[in-house]
Amino acid sequence: MAAKADSILVTEGVSIRFGGLLALAGISLVMRPATITAIIGPNGAGKTTLFNCITGFYRPTEGRIIFRPDGRDVVLNRLPIHKIAQLGVARTYQNIRLFGQMSVLENLLVAQHHFVNHRLISGIFQTRSFRKSEAEAVEQAWFWLEFMGMEQLANQDAGTLPYGQQRRLEVARAMASRPRLICLDEPAAGLNLQESEELNQLILKLREEHGVSVLLIEHHMGVVMSISDHVVVLDHGEVISDGTTEQVQQDERVIKAYLGEEDAEELQSVTKGAG
Amino acid sequence: MNIPAALKDSAVASLIALALFVPMIGLVLKGQSLNIQLLRALFVVAAVFAGRMLISMLLQSGLLGRLVEVIRKVLVYLSPVVGLVERRSFRFIGLLLVVLVAVPFLPGSSNYLIQILSLTLVYVILATGLNIVVGLAGLLDLGFVAFFATGAYGYAMLAQYAGLSFWAAIPLTAGIAAAMGCLLGLPVLRMHGDYLAIVTLGFGEIIRILLVNMIDITGGPNGISVPRPTLFGLGFTRRLEEGQLGFHEFFGLPYSASHRYIFIYLLILAFTVAAIWIFKRLREMPIGRAWEALREDEIACKALGINHTTTKLSAFTLGATFGGVGGVFFAAMEGFINPSSFTFVESAIILSIVVLGGMGSIVGVILAAMGITLLPELFREFENYRMLVFGLAMVFIMIWRPGGLLKVRRKTFARGGHGG
Repeated sequence: MAAKADSILVTEGVSIRFGGLLALAGISLVMRPATITAIIGPNGAGKTTLFNCITGFYRPTEGRIIFRPDGRDVVLNRLPIHKIAQLGVARTYQNIRLFGQMSVLENLLVAQHHFVNHRLISGIFQTRSFRKSEAEAVEQAWFWLEFMGMEQLANQDAGTLPYGQQRRLEVARAMASRPRLICLDEPAAGLNLQESEELNQLILKLREEHGVSVLLIEHHMGVVMSISDHVVVLDHGEVISDGTTEQVQQDERVIKAYLGEEDAEELQSVTKGAG
Repeated sequence: MNIPAALKDSAVASLIALALFVPMIGLVLKGQSLNIQLLRALFVVAAVFAGRMLISMLLQSGLLGRLVEVIRKVLVYLSPVVGLVERRSFRFIGLLLVVLVAVPFLPGSSNYLIQILSLTLVYVILATGLNIVVGLAGLLDLGFVAFFATGAYGYAMLAQYAGLSFWAAIPLTAGIAAAMGCLLGLPVLRMHGDYLAIVTLGFGEIIRILLVNMIDITGGPNGISVPRPTLFGLGFTRRLEEGQLGFHEFFGLPYSASHRYIFIYLLILAFTVAAIWIFKRLREMPIGRAWEALREDEIACKALGINHTTTKLSAFTLGATFGGVGGVFFAAMEGFINPSSFTFVESAIILSIVVLGGMGSIVGVILAAMGITLLPELFREFENYRMLVFGLAMVFIMIWRPGGLLKVRRKTFARGGHGG
C-alpha cells in the first residue's frame, strides 16, 4: 500500500501487543497536512498508545507508520525517539514534562538543540558563528514566548509556573523544535473554561500561521468539535469512526461506545419520541 | 521537672548499655581462658545512666532547646552573607583569586600552607569535573576517584616508561582519562539512580585494585615516584639532572625548596581558573543545557531531538577529563603516589564537596572544597575527633541549606536585539 499523495502522516494497520493485551488492533488513518486531527475515544481506547507509537516511545508489533515531512516517505517504526523528533514530530504529554529547574526561556532553547551550533570548541571560545546561532535561538525563544503571551515569565523557573502556564509552555517548547507535526496529548486537561478557550485559539493560530499539522488527543468534546477538521474515534484499540465532526457526531457506533449499548438505545428512543 | 520519666529513659538506656558492654568489655580473653570482669562493664553502664539522666534534665529545662535556637539564629544571620556571595559571585571569585595569587608572597606563608592550598585547588578541579556529571547531568557517580587515579598514574607511568615530561603528559593523560570516562559511560547508559551509583562505585574499586595488583607495572602498594614538573626546562630540584638548568641558577637566586611549591601552586591555580571558566561556559552552552534537560526529564529530552546517548557520554567524558587533569597535578605536587590515595573515601569527599557546595554551583563548590580540605587541617589539635567535628559540620550545613551552600543562579535573558 503506497502512502496517499496529499498526506503528512499515514498509519497502515498499526498493531501493538503487550503480552496478551492487544492495545492497538490495526489502526489505519491518513492525516492531511496543515489540518487539525482529533483522536477521541473512551478511557483505555489506545489513544496515548497510538501517540507513543508515532513518536517512537513504543515499537508497533505490526504495521507501518509513514511520515511525509517534505514529500518523501519516512517509515518511523524502527527509528529512535530523537531521530523522529529531528524529522519534525514534536509532542506534549498528558502529565506535564517540563525541565522544572531550568528557566522558561532555557526550556525553549533546549528544544532548538539540533538547530544551534552545539560544537564544544566553538562554544567554549564563543566564536562568532556560535554567538550568532545562540542569539538566533534566543530570538526564536522570545518569539514563541510572545506567541504564548508569556514574555514576562521568561526568566522564571519552569517548575514554579502555574499549571495553565506550564501547559502553554509545553506547547511552546514543542513548537520551538520546529515540527511539521505536533502531537498534543490532552492539552486542555485541568484547564478551566477560559483557559481552554484561549488554548483553542492558539492551536488554530499555530495551524494558520505556521502550517503545522496538529494531532490532538482530547476528552473535552467542546474543544474537539470546535477546532478539529477531522476526527478519529478509537475504541478497544480499533478505529470505529473516521470523518468530519458532523459525520462522527452522527455515527451510532460512536454514541454506543461513549454511552454504552442500553443508554444509547434509550437516548435514541427519547430523541425519536421528542422528534 | 518530670523525674520519673527521666528515670525511665535512663533505665532503658542503661539496659541497652548493659546488653552491649557486658560482652564487649566485661569478658576479657586471657590466653585460652575467659576472664569475667563485670565491674568494668557496670562502671560504663552507670556512666550511661548518669549521662542519660543529665540529657533528660537538660531537655526538660529547655537548655538544649535554647542552644539549638542560638545555633539557628547564628545561621540565620549568616544567610544574608551567603546571599551576597551568591549575587556577587564573580566579584567574589575575582577577590579570591587576588588573595590566592598573593598568598605565597605574603610574610606569613609557609611550604605547609602552600601545600594545603594546592591540595584544595586540586579538589576544586576534581569537584568541578564531578559537578558536570552529578550537578549538571544528574548522573550519580560514586567512582569518580577512578579518573583521578587514572590522571595521577597516567602521568607517573608515561614519565617512567615513555620518558614524557609533565607538559606532554597533561594532554595525553587528559585524553586517557576521557577515554576511561567514555568506557564507564557505555555500560551505564541505561542506568539511573541507585543502579548507576553502584556500578560507578564498582568501577572506582576496580581501578584501585588493578593499581594495587599490577605490581610489575604500577609498583603495587609501594607506589611509584613521579618526576617534578619543570618551567620551560628549568628544574626545581636540588640535584638536577644531567645538563638541566635549575630555576634558581637561571635567575641567580639561592636554592629554596619553596620555589618548587610556589611554582606548582601557581600552576594549579592557573588550571583551576581555566577549569572553572570552562565549566561556566559549558553551563551556558547547548551541551550544558542538554545535560540539565536530561537531568530534569530524560523522556522529554529525547522527544525534543536530543541524542541522550552522546549527551550522557559527553558528560562522563568531560567530567573524567577534569578528573584526569586533577590527578596529574596531584601526582606532580606529591612527587610520589600509591593506591591508598585513591580509595572510595576520596570519591565520597569529592561528591560531598559538590553536594555541600550546591549542585551546579561554581562558588559553592569552591567554598565547599576549601571547607572540606581546610577544616580538618584547622582541627588537627582534636586529632581523632576532627572527623567527628567535620561530620557534624556537614550535618549542620545540610540542615541549614538542604540544597547546598549556594543556589545556582541561572543566566537571565533580556529582551531586545542581539543582547542575549
